[in-house]
Amino acid sequence: MSDMMDDMEGGEGVVKKFMFVNRKAPHGTVYALEGLEVVLISAAFDQDVSMVFTDDGVYELIKGMNTKGIEVKDFSKTYRALEGYDIEKLYVEKASMDARGLSEDDLIVDVTVLDSAEMASLMAEQDVVISF
Amino acid sequence: MKIGIMVSEGPYNHQASDTAYLFARTAIEKGHKVPRVFFYHDGVNNSTKLTEPPQDDRHVVNRWSKLAEDHGVDLVVCVAAGMRRGIKDEILAPGFRISGLGQLVEAGIQCDRLVTFGD
Amino acid sequence: MLHIVNKSATERNSLESCLRMATKGSAVLLIEDAVYAATQGSEAAAKIQSAMADLQIYALGPDMEARGMAGRVLDGVKLVDYGGFVDLVTEHSTCQSWL
Repeated sequence: MSDMMDDMEGGEGVVKKFMFVNRKAPHGTVYALEGLEVVLISAAFDQDVSMVFTDDGVYELIKGMNTKGIEVKDFSKTYRALEGYDIEKLYVEKASMDARGLSEDDLIVDVTVLDSAEMASLMAEQDVVISF
Repeated sequence: MKIGIMVSEGPYNHQASDTAYLFARTAIEKGHKVPRVFFYHDGVNNSTKLTEPPQDDRHVVNRWSKLAEDHGVDLVVCVAAGMRRGIKDEILAPGFRISGLGQLVEAGIQCDRLVTFGD
Repeated sequence: MLHIVNKSATERNSLESCLRMATKGSAVLLIEDAVYAATQGSEAAAKIQSAMADLQIYALGPDMEARGMAGRVLDGVKLVDYGGFVDLVTEHSTCQSWL
């Protein structure tokens, strides 16, 4: 991912609230992986970044993935590296976890669990919402 | 108003690129600026000059090129997503350029709105 | 806030998730295959009708017409063209696409 760190000019001190919304499961499609690449790049711009996991997006954070058998990159550990990029606002919608029989203990990183109304308010206060 | 756009799907398979184009063209007609369209995921496939649809179909790639030529829209193809999918400088249609993901974040910062079109 | 939904409600859950997380007073614009939800007799019609109490529901007219559904639009759903789509984006401070 460091091969993309080439074009970083032009923030001019503006700090916006960026929210990256993840609603898709990993591996079946590329959105989770390429979405994560955008989030990592965004760290270089000193913006107020949040990541949200709802619907099948919560599957991105499951512990114990092993992708050897499907011969694709295991990027799930990258979520643990987010803290090192100062991306610490990770939110999961409770209804989405419940609907999939999951709890916080099943997730690879510490997250803040929000009910749907809290998630709605958080979304409503963003400046930029990017969905994958 | 400055409106940035992200296109996340390739042409023809999905309507995303068509809707994004019609939105962009209309925004410009209404006096807004579309400084940049960022092509990500399979959206990078909108950029190749090798595209040859049947005569009676719309030419999705050429439409984007014309919008860039007429209105100075910066058509940016993500380098990482493009390389994964075989999109290189030598096959880019006019008006497109390859650059980093930072260009998407920058569009989010500098534009008044950022609208995503995908699947 | 403007929420944009582009997937058929009978194929994906994006409309349902959007309605669950849209705050009162927000606008929801249905485009592409999502427009089927705003037609009479569709499975999602009841959801759209009850959502109209708190949300403004719009649908992209050209997508409705392209799908042969222009004569079946639910009462209370406002049809917009691409110009109206642009206006909705500029009138709301943020927009979110429920991909």
